[in-house]
Amino acid sequence: MAFSTILGLGQTALELALFNALTVLALFLSYSMLNVCDLSTDGCFALGAAVGAVVAIAGHPWLSIPAAMGAGMLSGLTTAVLQTRMGVNSLLAGIIVNTGLYSVNIWIMGGSSLLNMNKTETVFTMLKEALKGSPLGAQYALIIGLIAVAVVIAFLCLFLRTKLGLAIRATGDNPDMVRSSSINPVFTTTVGLCISNSFTALSGCLLAQSQKSVTVDIGSGMVTVALASLLIGGVFLGRRSIPLRAVGAVLGAFVFRLVYTIALRFNLPAFMLKLISSVIVVIAISGPYLKKQFPLYKRLLAAKFAKSGVGE
Amino acid sequence: MLKLIHVSKTFNPGTPDARLALDDVTLDVNRGDFISIIGANGAGKSTLFNAVCGSFFVDSGTILLDGANVTMLPEHKRAKVIGRLFQDPMRGSAPGMSIEENLVLAAGQGGWMSHAGKKEKQAFRDRLALLNMGLEDRMKQPVGLLSGGQRQALTLMMATLSMPKILLLDEHTAALDPGTAEKVLELTTRIVSENSLTCLMITHNMQSALDLGNRTIMMDAGRVVFDTTGPERAALTVDDLLDRFHAASGKKLDNDRMLLA
Repeated sequence: MAFSTILGLGQTALELALFNALTVLALFLSYSMLNVCDLSTDGCFALGAAVGAVVAIAGHPWLSIPAAMGAGMLSGLTTAVLQTRMGVNSLLAGIIVNTGLYSVNIWIMGGSSLLNMNKTETVFTMLKEALKGSPLGAQYALIIGLIAVAVVIAFLCLFLRTKLGLAIRATGDNPDMVRSSSINPVFTTTVGLCISNSFTALSGCLLAQSQKSVTVDIGSGMVTVALASLLIGGVFLGRRSIPLRAVGAVLGAFVFRLVYTIALRFNLPAFMLKLISSVIVVIAISGPYLKKQFPLYKRLLAAKFAKSGVGE
Repeated sequence: MLKLIHVSKTFNPGTPDARLALDDVTLDVNRGDFISIIGANGAGKSTLFNAVCGSFFVDSGTILLDGANVTMLPEHKRAKVIGRLFQDPMRGSAPGMSIEENLVLAAGQGGWMSHAGKKEKQAFRDRLALLNMGLEDRMKQPVGLLSGGQRQALTLMMATLSMPKILLLDEHTAALDPGTAEKVLELTTRIVSENSLTCLMITHNMQSALDLGNRTIMMDAGRVVFDTTGPERAALTVDDLLDRFHAASGKKLDNDRMLLA
């Protein structure tokens, strides 16, 4: 393989990792901080992609980003209201919203399950135009991804230090404490989910615009991929300060992409990605548990085989 | 300061499990009172606290806190003026957050978007130093690393940081070893008297119920059966208390923990 091809592949992988990292950071807020497993992530990702595409096609490339994030916030608000005000279990609330979003997304895309942005002006084509001829001319997608990730990390670091940010962390860390304190867990959960879903939607919006098309299932399996990345990141930079953990989440997205790219190099077909992400999530979650249980299993096994010796 | 007027609460109404947990309770707590509350398990002591805090809404009656009617006010709104400690030392602080972050949250100063400044953090350090536990040098460490006693002392500090109007202690030393329990109790009385807080304390220890504070009430079957203060209380012994319980409720106090204490 030519060097330039490898470089090109690497660059594409890097760009994809950056766009996905935004969803990983969203889960960093909802899963790691708020302790809510937000299963509406897939639908919200597609929602951001659809809204962003429709607004861009309508001729407002810059507006597409706040529009997508706003739509994500609404989706997060719906999930939050279901689970805090209407007695729906938090996992179920996510699944319900995810299912509903499928219809909403097709409706937003005007009844079609596919939108093409080949001739549309997007933030990517605009930057490409602006950078034409400069040495960074080919890196426009990378630049947008880097800026978005940097802004989101900076926001999270500052936000999680504020009183509201601390209250959101406490809500996930010790709900009992929060319930009997002056913090309203309904409020903190709602704010947390709105913010995290706006990041998920931003992630979808940027991915769609970079690949110049949206399909309604663009977000399918995203929650598992992002969770896998988040958990991989936790292995590197777990128990550290918040900024380092956020960077770890992004690092996890890169490592996940790397694993995926390597898997493809071994001629594994592309459709195996979802299975790989599922297996990674299982290993990351059950690994520490099994490690802790291992001595017990060993004793149980030993006891089973030594049964004949009892009573001698 | 705190007034409960004919407060009643039934759990699981209309089912075979229905239980009258608070039965027409009327209680007038004066400013600066330090009341110890005793009673057998299931007498309604913790339920009384839950009613005051708003963990549930009472079925009937009125709760006045510092003159304001809080009967239908949600829990988190009442919590601004109520400090509360539970028996479980793990319940009052967030284990994954640092000591400093827990204190910032508990202080409740500034708006939602505010950060804690250097001066504020130094003030926390100074206050923690008063505990004599060395916690002021561990500000950045997660609370989960502290022992039960340290955590309960920290929770006590957190609960009183925002100068609550009333402090509710629900057997807050019962889960600690005797030495630590004594230390936390001593700390409690010091903080309460220094800040002249109004305080209600549930305890199973009859002796400390009489030793601490200025007033003792006894509960049974959701009612306040005995309320004593002043010279009458000063003359009471633990045996007198047991007799009074027998007289008031018509049964023997069959709680081992209480008799042994």
